Amino acid sequence: MLEVRNLEVVYSDVILVLRGISLSIPDGSIVALLGANGAGKTTTLRAVSGLLDVHNGNVTKGEILLDGEPIHRKSAAKIVRLGVSQALEGRRILAEMSVEENLRLGAHTNHRSMDANMERVYHLFPLLRDRAKSTAGYLSGGEQQMLAIGRALMSAPRYLLLDEPSLGLAPLLVQQIRDIIVEINRQGTGVLLVEQNAMMALSIADHGFIMEIGKIVMDKPAGELLDDEDVREFYLGLSGDEVQSFAQVKHYRRKKRWLS
Amino acid sequence: MSTLLQAVLNGLALAAVYALIALGFVIIYKSMQVLSFAQPALMLFGGYFVVYFSSRLGLNFYLAVLLAIMVAGLSGLVIERSFLRPMVGKPVFAVAIMTIGIDLVVRIITGNLFGVESGGIGATGDPWGLGLFIGDPAFGATFHWGDVVLNQRRFAAIVAALLVIGILLAFFRYSRIGLAMRATAFDQEVALTQGVSVSSVFALSWAIAAALATVAALFISPNTGTIDVNMFAFALKALPVVVIGGMDSIGGALLAALIVGLAESLTITYQPVYAGFLGGSFSQVVPYLVMFVVLLVRPYGLFGTREVERV
Ligand SMILES: Nc1ncnc2c1ncn2[C@@H]1O[C@H](COP(=O)(O)OP(=O)(O)O)[C@@H](O)[C@H]1O
Ligand SMILES: [Mg+2]
Repeated sequence: MLEVRNLEVVYSDVILVLRGISLSIPDGSIVALLGANGAGKTTTLRAVSGLLDVHNGNVTKGEILLDGEPIHRKSAAKIVRLGVSQALEGRRILAEMSVEENLRLGAHTNHRSMDANMERVYHLFPLLRDRAKSTAGYLSGGEQQMLAIGRALMSAPRYLLLDEPSLGLAPLLVQQIRDIIVEINRQGTGVLLVEQNAMMALSIADHGFIMEIGKIVMDKPAGELLDDEDVREFYLGLSGDEVQSFAQVKHYRRKKRWLS
Repeated sequence: MSTLLQAVLNGLALAAVYALIALGFVIIYKSMQVLSFAQPALMLFGGYFVVYFSSRLGLNFYLAVLLAIMVAGLSGLVIERSFLRPMVGKPVFAVAIMTIGIDLVVRIITGNLFGVESGGIGATGDPWGLGLFIGDPAFGATFHWGDVVLNQRRFAAIVAALLVIGILLAFFRYSRIGLAMRATAFDQEVALTQGVSVSSVFALSWAIAAALATVAALFISPNTGTIDVNMFAFALKALPVVVIGGMDSIGGALLAALIVGLAESLTITYQPVYAGFLGGSFSQVVPYLVMFVVLLVRPYGLFGTREVERV
């Protein structure tokens, strides 16, 4: 079980971004973390992966527990070795290097099982096998996302953190990525899925958290969130009343910001 | 014709030394975005250990070189851990200036350790034992082909540089750690997410730079085969090479070393004849002159990354 408890994060010693959030990812489950831009989703993932240092951020309160052991003071490298791996927002592939080199980098902590893990990744993403020797920068957006996920899997993690994997992808590709996340999960990896595409995330998640300016404002099984009137209407854009004016929507959104 | 060939051979040897020093600068720059001015001192430091192990302790020359490389590499590691680690996150220019201080300290320590007098790199004119390789123990310090004379330290410089650079490139290309270093240079946060210890990469880049500088020290004075404390200035001439190559490009540094080495050697050969009025040591200016011209045409050097220069 990976748990975040009452976590508070501050950037540059003064900018309070997470105001005491709690969430948990049980082994082998898919958990969705949803919220508008700037809510603090990426910051949450940075805290879990030990990347706050790079951004001059600090955990000022609360804790992050892996099987009950605190990990929020550990280095990023150590956290990967403990089985928590992240694919960063925006893919961040090593554009100058080949697909295979990107995957080899993913095996940094787990070099001995590199071949087996690479085989698993190529099985999930047959396309990457065909492009193994090509320069990663020439892959399409969808392929780059697959590479980013594949690279994160090369350490054979127990928990996979995905930061907006569907960002900027065509609907068909979003579906593909979704199916692959389901398959990865079926093979036994817990997934924390950060998304703005709430529909996609909730359709596969066991549980969902909705975040708004540094707080968790909803914490429910994914099915309940999908059925929730407010979530449906504003978050998923499934309102029955379709001729709402944009101004009205904005007005509504101001009242219920977590829905925007 | 033989004059030209002679100049080119000497130029290649010079390029070999520039390349070794410049690579150290580039490797540190790529991982930390800091231009380290401590390279000259590390070169002297490593060089003096070669003198110490080979001439004073009388060890086998190759063994002495290997030991000196290890001592220098280890010292690079220690310097990074103790003086640069605490500076992580501080402004890059402050860290760069800090390395000037490190350079001074290391030079003073080197002077104290070994005394100020110069020392011989290897006891004889043939420390490499090239005579034994070609089955002629009486072999002197030079090769002769007609009028062309190749001082064997120059020959050794070219061979050693090719060997060392080859090993280094293979290390970056094929090894797990080498890949981690390249990844760190490209995107530090990504390297972290894949479990790379970026701080170890920093330390390792200092160790590699110090080791490279030690190899370079073997060849900075091919004629006399000695090293003395004033020779740190030689390493500073690798700075224009680094800038010409583009700061963060290994290929660029190698090409720039070749250009500058050849240009300097050709100037040494032909300038006194055709432009004697420029004075006796005009060749010293050549690296800076080449840099000036290259930067006019390519502001980021031959292979520089634009983003890097904007910082
Ligand atoms: N390095 C940083 N320094 C200061 N503020 C930051 C930094 N990174 C993010 N923020 C701020 O923290 C808030 C949350 O950002 P983020 O975690 O990226 O949100 P999300 O991923 O939900 O869009 C935003 O207001 C953002 O401007
Ligand atoms: Mg984000």
